[in-house]
Amino acid sequence: MQETKPGKAILLDFTECIGCGACEQACAKEHGLPADPPEDRLSHKNYTVVLENKGQHYRKMCMHCLVPTCVSVCPVGALEKTDEGPVVYHPDRCIGCRYCMMACPFQIPKYEWEKPVPVIRKCIMCNERVKEGGETACSWVCPTGACRFGSREKLLAIAHRRIKAFPDRYVDYIYGETEVGGTGVLMMSGVPFADLGFPEDLGTKPLSELTWTVMSKIPNIVITGGLLLGGISWIIHRRMDIEKENLISPARNGQLNIKPVEQLDKEIVKGEEQSGKEG
Amino acid sequence: MNLVMRIKDFSPQRKFAWSVIGIILLIGLQLSYMRFFKGFASVTNLSDEFPWGFWIGFDVIAGVALASGGFTLCFLVYIIGYHRYHSIVRPTVLTAFLGYILVAVGLLYDLGKYFNIWHPLVMWNPHSVMFEVAWCVMLYLSVLFLEFVPMVLEKFNLQTPLHFMQKITIPVVILGVLLSTLHQSSLGSVYLIVPEKLHELWYTPILPLLFFLSAITVGPAMVILESALSSKIFHRGLELNIMVDIAGFQLVGMIVYVGVKIQDLFVRGVVPSLFTGSYEATHFMLEIGILLAACLILILPKLRAHPRWLLLSSILTVVGILYNRLNISWVGMMRSSGTFYFPAWSEVFISLFLVTIGAVAFYFIVKWLPVFPEIEGNEENA
Ligand code: SF4
Ligand code: SF4
Repeated sequence: MQETKPGKAILLDFTECIGCGACEQACAKEHGLPADPPEDRLSHKNYTVVLENKGQHYRKMCMHCLVPTCVSVCPVGALEKTDEGPVVYHPDRCIGCRYCMMACPFQIPKYEWEKPVPVIRKCIMCNERVKEGGETACSWVCPTGACRFGSREKLLAIAHRRIKAFPDRYVDYIYGETEVGGTGVLMMSGVPFADLGFPEDLGTKPLSELTWTVMSKIPNIVITGGLLLGGISWIIHRRMDIEKENLISPARNGQLNIKPVEQLDKEIVKGEEQSGKEG
Repeated sequence: MNLVMRIKDFSPQRKFAWSVIGIILLIGLQLSYMRFFKGFASVTNLSDEFPWGFWIGFDVIAGVALASGGFTLCFLVYIIGYHRYHSIVRPTVLTAFLGYILVAVGLLYDLGKYFNIWHPLVMWNPHSVMFEVAWCVMLYLSVLFLEFVPMVLEKFNLQTPLHFMQKITIPVVILGVLLSTLHQSSLGSVYLIVPEKLHELWYTPILPLLFFLSAITVGPAMVILESALSSKIFHRGLELNIMVDIAGFQLVGMIVYVGVKIQDLFVRGVVPSLFTGSYEATHFMLEIGILLAACLILILPKLRAHPRWLLLSSILTVVGILYNRLNISWVGMMRSSGTFYFPAWSEVFISLFLVTIGAVAFYFIVKWLPVFPEIEGNEENA
């Protein structure tokens, strides 16, 4: 299967988020998206949103899965997990099948439904900046440290330490540590994640394994199936050839000249009589 | 001029039929223009929450299943050697060929960047089911072309290539059966990746098996339905004994399919969710009910031998499998999407437009090429 490359990650600590929306604005500026008026949901104009529920702010964005479902389903490899961690998109490869939208367990990729030639839009973890050793625009502007950028291992360690130090402040769960095989965005919250609308039944294995167990059998099916079909047809046709050698008149005018069934039956009877006489 | 004369001679029913077709084609063209130049939003109800709608469900997922008559019949005739069915091979191959072309055209409508449709040829992702389906469908379309081309060669009396084509029939058919087995089942695998989104009544790890079984069930039913239709339209006799025979194969496929499907519910322990009164449960029960009704007709030999009942059972089978595909691609995906999706009229109309084009193409090809033995290239009869 695909290798897991932990790479860089983002740690979101919702308990520290003050809902200022600086990350939204920085993101829009970085990627040339219409920042005003910000919508309250992800769309092709919005790679990330800050929302509020049960008195706590929280954020939504692409999770940059370690083994991304979107990457595994894209037929043309238009989505790619880079070594540094970001899951990026190549619009020139994309055919617009939207399987990535269907398959993403977090419903992240969005589409430009109004455009004649639409492309997929989603957070790409500021790939350009990250590649050059920088950090993401959102983590860079965050005034409180609710959004931090760094190596995944380090951020995980920080998260665990925080929960241990302030058990009353957090639910004892780091969202993204194991979800669908682990994600590049890690989240901490004081409110249960289910209340914030994050799916909780995703399991700890990459979803692509579900498909791969079937896909990996295909070469076997092809080889066995091919031999089987070839064999069956050869045996049956050899038998028929032997039995009815002179029942089907040779191809005339290029048309396979199969005689009407009744005539064929008569001839079979005749043929059997003859062979009976001979034998 | 000749054509004008002929149209004058048309019976009132024929005139009416052609006018309806003409109107469908005109509106379809207008909607197509909007789709390709104004974007999805102008003709569809697709959204970020529901990115796969009626086109994928009907044109592609169901369309491929309904075009399975070609490979099932070719399997019976060329591999197993039921040469008795030879007379219906050509119309069936033609239907399958046109069916797959329609699937491809339907896909062009559905792909946001339709002009990149060839990308899977050179940009590979062997982990993607969609990639595999794309390859299989492309290759199978070529196979169907090879199976179709003898009709053209015969028409122009090109002996040498015709002999060659006849020589390679069996390998071509084997390739076709393999490719069909793969992509029919893979369309089920497409949904393996959404365990948390597809409703549990339909999501099962054996989706690929169920898709394959239902494809070989609906294949024969489509053959019967097509034969009945063309016997009406082209005023030719219906080979009832062949149809009854084929219905027998269909019955076997259907019993296995429904059996596996119901057993799977028990194995996965989701039977209780059938009785929750949810809309999913209702649709699921209807889907199974329709198939069981078709089964029942075919099980009773008296009914099976009766043309009307036989036709009814094939219609029920086709509707039942179509229902299944729409349930999986649409009904079963709705709850998790958190939104209500119903196709725009223009979405449905474009599908109707494509089917109409297919039917008209079939009509003219039958008039022009030796598809049915009796109507062989008799343009004068048009
Ligand atoms: S969250 Fe969705 S879009 Fe983002 S990497 Fe994971 S599967 Fe892909
Ligand atoms: S829509 Fe584009 S990026 Fe998404 S799966 Fe299809 S080809 Fe890949």
